[in-house]
Amino acid sequence: MANYLRQCAVIFGFTLLGEALHRLIPLPIPAAVYGLVLLFAALCLKIVKLEHVKKISDFLLTILPFLFVAPAVNLLESWGILAPQILPIALLVISSTILVFVVAGVVTQLLCRKEENDENPS
Amino acid sequence: MKILLDLPILPLVVTIFAYQFGLFLQKKLKSPLCNPLLIAVILIIGALLLTGYPNANYQSNMQIITWLITPATICMAVPLYEQMKILKKDWKAIFAGITAGTLASLFFILVMCRLLGFDDILTASLLPKSITTAMGATLSGQTGGNEAITTAAIAITGILGNVLCVPICKLFRISHPIAKGVALGTSSHVLGTAKARELSELTGAVSSLSLTLAGILTAILYPLITLL
Repeated sequence: MANYLRQCAVIFGFTLLGEALHRLIPLPIPAAVYGLVLLFAALCLKIVKLEHVKKISDFLLTILPFLFVAPAVNLLESWGILAPQILPIALLVISSTILVFVVAGVVTQLLCRKEENDENPS
Repeated sequence: MKILLDLPILPLVVTIFAYQFGLFLQKKLKSPLCNPLLIAVILIIGALLLTGYPNANYQSNMQIITWLITPATICMAVPLYEQMKILKKDWKAIFAGITAGTLASLFFILVMCRLLGFDDILTASLLPKSITTAMGATLSGQTGGNEAITTAAIAITGILGNVLCVPICKLFRISHPIAKGVALGTSSHVLGTAKARELSELTGAVSSLSLTLAGILTAILYPLITLL
C-alpha cells in the first residue's frame, strides 16, 4: 500500500531544498529547476526509489493544468497595461509559439531520421 | 449570502467545478478549442466580474493550489527517469532540437518586441513565455518584467501549443514521436507536455525533458540576451 504522507514528504522535501538553493545561490534559476535536477539525480543514484514518489507525482502531473487557473485569472490585474497593445501582443505570442514548435520539431526530426539512416545504410 | 462568499474554500470548489465543466465539454465536443484550462479561466474571470468578488481574495484563497506548481514541476523528474533508456539513444537530436527552439524563441521575441516598439518591461515579461510558469515568472520578476503578464503569456502559449499541436504536426509533417515531444515541451511547457502525455508515454517523457532543459537554457541565455 502506498504511503501517501511519505510520498508527500519526499516531494515537498525536494521543494524545500530547491527553494533553499534558490535563496542561497544568486542566479536567476527558479526553485523548481533545482528541485527537479536534484530529484532526478536522487532517482538515478537510487537514493530515492521510484515507488517512494510514483503515486504523488502521477497525481500532481495529472492536475498540473488545473494549477494554472489562478495565475491565468490574475491576467485581470495586468489588463490595464495590456489592453492598448493587445493585438500586437497576441500576434507575437501566437507566431512565436508556432515558430518555436516548428523549429524544435523539425530540427529533432531531421536529426532522428539522419541517425536512423546512419544505422541502417541502404 | 455575504457569509457564504467569505468562505475561504469557496473559490477552490468553484474553480474545480469550472475545470470539470471544461473537461466535460472537451469530451463531448472533441474540439481542440475546448481546453479545460481555457474554459475554467474564462468562467472564473466572468464570475469574478459578475459578482464583484475581489481578485485579490480569489488569489489568496487559491494560494494553496498555486503553491503546488513548484512541487508538481519537480515531479517531472519521475517520467524523465522512467524513460531514460529511450532518451539516451536520441539525446543528440533531442538536445539540438531544444537548443534550436529556445534560441529561436528568445531571438524572435526580442526582435519583434523592438520592431513593435514595446517597452523594456513588456519585453522582459514576454521573453520567458515559452517556459513553465514556475521558471518563467521568476525569471521575469528578477529581470524587471511584470510577473502577471508573463504568467498570462505563458498560460496562453501553453494552451496554444496544446491546441495547435495536431494541425501544426500535420502541416509541417512532424511525425516522429520524439520530435513531437521536443516541439511540445520546448514551445509550450507543461501544457504542451499534458498533450504529449496524451499522445504517448515516450512523447510525454521527451516533452518533460524538453521543458526542463528549455527552462534551464532560457535561465542561462536570458540575462545574456537582455544585454543586446
